[in-house]
Amino acid sequence: MPLLNVQDLRTHFHTRNGVYRAVDGVSFSVERGETLGIVGESGSGKSVTCYSIMGLIPQPPGRIVSGTAFFDGIDLLHCSPRQARSIRGKRVSMIFQDPMTSLNPFLRVSEQIIEPLLIHENISRRDALARALTMLEAVGINDAAKRIHYYPHEFSGGMRQRVMIAMALITKPELLIADEPTTALDVTVQAQILELIGKMQRELGMAVIFITHDLGVVSGLCDRVQVMYAGRIVETADTRTLFKDPRHPYTRALQRSIPALQSKGAELYTIPGLPPDVSKNIPGCAFAPRCEFATDRCTAANPELLELDATHAQACLRVQAGETLART
Amino acid sequence: MSDSILQLTDVKTHFPITRGFLVKRHIGTVKAVDGVNLTVRRGEVLGLVGESGCGKSTLARTILQLVPTTGGTVVLNGRNLATSSDRELLAARRDLQMVFQDPYASLNPRMTVFATLAEPLLVHRVCAPEDVAARVAELMRLVGLAPRFMQKYPHEFSGGQRQRIAIARALALEPKVIVADEPVSALDVSIQAQILNLLAQLTKKMNLTLIFIAHDLSVVKHISDRVAVMYLGKIVELGLAADVIERPRHPYTRALVSAIPTPNPDTERTRQRIVLAGDPPSPINPPAGCAFHPRCAYAQAQCKLAAPALVADGPTREVACVRLADLP
Repeated sequence: MPLLNVQDLRTHFHTRNGVYRAVDGVSFSVERGETLGIVGESGSGKSVTCYSIMGLIPQPPGRIVSGTAFFDGIDLLHCSPRQARSIRGKRVSMIFQDPMTSLNPFLRVSEQIIEPLLIHENISRRDALARALTMLEAVGINDAAKRIHYYPHEFSGGMRQRVMIAMALITKPELLIADEPTTALDVTVQAQILELIGKMQRELGMAVIFITHDLGVVSGLCDRVQVMYAGRIVETADTRTLFKDPRHPYTRALQRSIPALQSKGAELYTIPGLPPDVSKNIPGCAFAPRCEFATDRCTAANPELLELDATHAQACLRVQAGETLART
Repeated sequence: MSDSILQLTDVKTHFPITRGFLVKRHIGTVKAVDGVNLTVRRGEVLGLVGESGCGKSTLARTILQLVPTTGGTVVLNGRNLATSSDRELLAARRDLQMVFQDPYASLNPRMTVFATLAEPLLVHRVCAPEDVAARVAELMRLVGLAPRFMQKYPHEFSGGQRQRIAIARALALEPKVIVADEPVSALDVSIQAQILNLLAQLTKKMNLTLIFIAHDLSVVKHISDRVAVMYLGKIVELGLAADVIERPRHPYTRALVSAIPTPNPDTERTRQRIVLAGDPPSPINPPAGCAFHPRCAYAQAQCKLAAPALVADGPTREVACVRLADLP
């Protein structure tokens, strides 16, 4: 049984300008100890998916219209608030993109790191502080005994992200959701943080959902990747297959537009047009208006995510019909 | 091609740190740019890379004299901008324009596209008032925007379109040199490719000289002819783009290059990464000698004595490292 099993999740936002279908029918699962990457451009619904699972969607304007998210047999979307609280922050933790705004500037980091322990475990303050100290040392903060009493502004960006990781991992969660944890950091610091997440994952044996827009980060860290577009999953495969043999036109276009994968000086492939407005009802495939292979059929029927083989699924009708989409 | 258009000689930009409300006391200096020598050739694309806080944006602003220069000369077409009067600077800016990082902040939200693009034309009197509309339409077509959007405001455009407006504004005066400060880092991958293609086309078509600042090395390698790597206010390596990024020589460039995650799962998992310890040091109190020595794997006692100068390493490359000959 997978550790987390999400089925047909739909999260919509009701605003004055209409209903934004931020997540529109997403199903996936995460096994114990596995690293799943979720890739997509801004507005593709990758963060909202994870916020929904964690119960962090402000309601209203947000509304989880349908779906289930079973974590170890408990549906996180329909369980009692009390049950949700006993899982969130204890067995499932989250780290956020911006370490500057996700720590409370008024509290010493020691208070913030021991908070999940005091809530979830029957532990004395002194023991909690001792564990926080060990954790800070484990995430590579020098002179932790002194710095544990600092305020967040006294740390650099990379150090703050380490504090966030220490806070998320202190309860030894089974699942860590990392929402673009390195996007705000410099490359050399990013390398340190990625190394740290990998090391902590090996030590604790936890599963990780890693949200990013950087295909480079995914390729080194993740076992499996799913690509999202306009609130839906368009392709999912193990990492090697996704890079070697991408099938969905969007995944292929995305790879052709990264400078690192193209020869120097050559013109980069650009996807024409803009991402769709998810407040409109999109008939058929959401990528069809920008897709070089789209036919009338693509805008008529809503494509489903179908398996090509045991580990590879994608949602392009023409690929599913067995056509080879050659570049013209 | 090889004649120079812009020469920086020993450019220094320091910011004083003061404390006190009425009586300001000088308590230190941030040496944001500290002795940069650089010659930019006519028609080339020069990439400038480094981590946040290394002084690359300050260097850009110094070139345009948006911040006062503490020392050294910035010579554009034979005229030293560092000692020019305001009137001379105004004239010089016809040849020297800038594109900023954040297209959400660099366009005036209360000005229509027409007003934004017409302003430089009117200020510099390059265009008779009755011809302005035609010229604005021409500029919009040049950057791939339809002239019918002329009367729209910036909030009606997407990030990529706004960056096109910012580029059109910089091109309005037909400058010879454009300084682009992280023009694509706020954009999604597919939009980033559009803007990179546009910049590459325009530099060729208009024989522009482009100083392209970024922290993403794969983007810089793609677009640049030459690359300069900065660390703590100084250039540590300068050479042809492919050489510097594929065969880096300076220990810092090596670490920087090895920190970039590559979108290839096979090589990404097996390659040796140099993970630097710690954060970049503060430019308020830079380490003595070579600023990189506390994080450098090859540092010796001599590295702490004097700051190394950029010395030629082969015909096209310059590196600032005293141990260059001993490096593997």
